[in-house]
Amino acid sequence: REREREREREREFIMIFTFSCNLKMQFMLLFSRQGKLRLQKWYVPLSDKEKKKITRELVQTVLARKPKMCSFLEWRDLKIVYKRYASLYFCCAIEDQDNELITLEIIHRYVELLDKYFGSVCELDIIFNFEKAYFILDEFLLGGEAQETSKKNVLKAIEQADLLQEVSNHILWQCSKNLSDLLGNHIATPQ
Amino acid sequence: MPAPIRLRELIRTIRTARTQAEEREMIQKEFIVEFGTNAIHSLSEYNHFYSSMIQPVKSDLNHSTQYVQGLALCTLGCMGSSEMCRDLAGEVEKLLKTSNSYLRKKAALCAVHVIRKVPELMEMFLPATKNLLSEKNHGEILHTSVVLLTEMCERSPDMLSHFRKLVPQLVRILKNLIMSGYSPEHDVSGISDPFLQVRILRLLRILGKGDDDSSEAMNDILAQVATNTETSKNVGNAILYETVLTIMDIKSESGLRVLAINILGRFLLNNDKNIRYVALTSLLKTVQTDHNAVQRHRSTIVDCLKDLDVSIKRRAMELSFALVNGNNIRGMMKELLYFLDSCDPDFKADCASGIFLAAEKYAPSKRWHIDTIMRVLTTAGSYVRDDSVPNLIQLITNSVEMHAYTVQRLYKALLDDISQQPLVQVASWCIGEYGDLLVSGQCEEEEPIQVSEDEVLDVLEGLLVSNLSTPVTRGYSLTAIMKLSTRFSSMNRIKKVVSIYGSSIDVELQQRAVEYNALFKKYDHMRPALLERMPIMEKTATNGPAEIVQTNGETDSTILDTKHLPSITQPASQVGQCNYHICFCFAGIPPMTAYNKNGLKIEFTFERANPNPNIAVITIHATNSTEADMTEFVFQAAVPKQQLRMRVKLTYTHKGSPVQDLAEVNNFPPQSWQ
Repeated sequence: REREREREREREFIMIFTFSCNLKMQFMLLFSRQGKLRLQKWYVPLSDKEKKKITRELVQTVLARKPKMCSFLEWRDLKIVYKRYASLYFCCAIEDQDNELITLEIIHRYVELLDKYFGSVCELDIIFNFEKAYFILDEFLLGGEAQETSKKNVLKAIEQADLLQEVSNHILWQCSKNLSDLLGNHIATPQ
Repeated sequence: MPAPIRLRELIRTIRTARTQAEEREMIQKEFIVEFGTNAIHSLSEYNHFYSSMIQPVKSDLNHSTQYVQGLALCTLGCMGSSEMCRDLAGEVEKLLKTSNSYLRKKAALCAVHVIRKVPELMEMFLPATKNLLSEKNHGEILHTSVVLLTEMCERSPDMLSHFRKLVPQLVRILKNLIMSGYSPEHDVSGISDPFLQVRILRLLRILGKGDDDSSEAMNDILAQVATNTETSKNVGNAILYETVLTIMDIKSESGLRVLAINILGRFLLNNDKNIRYVALTSLLKTVQTDHNAVQRHRSTIVDCLKDLDVSIKRRAMELSFALVNGNNIRGMMKELLYFLDSCDPDFKADCASGIFLAAEKYAPSKRWHIDTIMRVLTTAGSYVRDDSVPNLIQLITNSVEMHAYTVQRLYKALLDDISQQPLVQVASWCIGEYGDLLVSGQCEEEEPIQVSEDEVLDVLEGLLVSNLSTPVTRGYSLTAIMKLSTRFSSMNRIKKVVSIYGSSIDVELQQRAVEYNALFKKYDHMRPALLERMPIMEKTATNGPAEIVQTNGETDSTILDTKHLPSITQPASQVGQCNYHICFCFAGIPPMTAYNKNGLKIEFTFERANPNPNIAVITIHATNSTEADMTEFVFQAAVPKQQLRMRVKLTYTHKGSPVQDLAEVNNFPPQSWQ
């Protein structure tokens, strides 16, 4: 009975612990020094209005930080981890129990993936190829957690998805070409 | 990954189409579904098409192409609603058992999301976790498996007990990671798969917490990681950080704990401000449990008060307050006062409160204490919290030998600056209370100043008219002026001021002035007693000053409404409406004798108030059993906030001579205050 009671107490403690401990990235934002949002990935359900509000406030807060300050700040009930690479700010919101230092490594890993894929990535690459940037992010993180810790494997998955895309584009092109040939035979002939 | 085979297969399949129509059909089937998934992917959760998305996502989860399946898992795992999760959990569970590691890892993270959304579904994933950590899956799905196990252990104590048996396996995996050779795929600055290391350390933390056996089983590996991890780059420190968090949370032996705190101590000296930040955060968490170990790093922590980063400063401040004790109070207070001078306005309120608290606990002398209070009030006087004012007043009242010194210093501060309201309020109160000491130049601690009654009244009247003064401050100052009527000789001036404010627009001020006027006109005989020096206030559990209770009810003597007694019945606003009433639940409380001496007997009877039955009305019956009259009878009572008891002061004239008595009424029946 003593053990039962102890377990009960432990359970209580663990239950409380559970509610206060969420190891999760809530969202990731990429924005330029001028405050233009380039990428946004949300891992929590929020309305568009809320997302806009959060984005606006957070971008302002991060841009106001001086270079001497550390990469972490408390914002609402979240911890914000941000890092600047050239003209882009990479900004993640993590929950209270998360390890800020490893989040910096996560950001860095994503930058490396982009770099490898685009070859010396710059902001323009992301502006003009944002779907690819999202795709790379989605192969690296899922629900705010890293799904693959090998750089090689992530890039391989993206490579193959690209190939699939190319093939499908080619086939569609083929189809539409055939279709227009067909149509051309009927329409082009003058009456 | 088997993907290339599927892709080739797909292309081959399409090429087998004999007609264009067939070709088109195949493409439509394969790719429109994919595009459909992509479209779904960009919709937000609050889109009302959600329920109609379930079918497409469901079929995608069963698609022949793993990329489509992957997309579906991604969609579900990032923003699936509870409804979607409920419907599709079965598909996810199936995919968790597939041999395709590409899908399996996505399914694991998807399962994590499902569990977060619909915790009751956790059980169904249990069978699939059976072999998640087994050796043949090493590398590919370990990370996501550990994440899934972590989620389950955190949410369910039963799962936690169930998975404790994995500790040896986890220890082994971690050991292999550290000892293994160079693996370029998973390497970050020479460290093998730091992401996995951190997740394993976190899971070990959860499993080891509160469990002796598990904690012991992981002791060695934690020591190994703590001593062997390369610290030149952020990634190594990230692992060390997680290790420290784990050591502090489980039942580690003391040597290991000291090792952890020393790591944090080294972090504090790191050039990288991020590392200093996490060190301070962690030290703050452990300062209560490992106080002595953290004390050793006190000087480094205090240095962090000068850091440029706001978050680091805040943590350093909180930690500094946690480390203050009787031995280091003087040195620490010097640093903290200096910090108060120069810190951002956001910090000042907290810092001031912290200083007051620390001073109260550890002040080496009363003089030092008053000086510290003065320093805070003069440098951060407008940021001090409202509740500090009554607390400080109580403190000052109780430092009897410092009264003359205190009032002098406060008076001088007022001459410099009347903009900081808390300072002005405390100063007004003190001048009202100890103004006689001020003009008679009784200060011993420092050179007494020469000031006349008129000069003092000039200052107080100045507060009344200044735009800088808030209504509350004006109240303090008017009351102070009134109190000086029994301490100063310049009564006419005071009478004039009081009568002027009888027609003030400010209702509070007006009411006070009218009552004080009445004191002068009709109750002048009571005025000295009413306005005399406040007694030492007893500390209550809430650290607040005692309050004057309003006595209701009829008696044969004149009981004055003591609501506006010039004392600390100023807005102690936190208490709300109950300031002047004794609130309690009761049923039929017997009457009691509060006082019985020299022929004067005072009895209390209790009744429910109407309309608020939570308030009791105490009626005081005073009877004189002697032959001579008792005239000019005054009954004053002070009641501490917490317990129901009273300090009572009685004054009356009996047989031509004044009688005064102090008494404590402690014998309230338990029903009256329970």
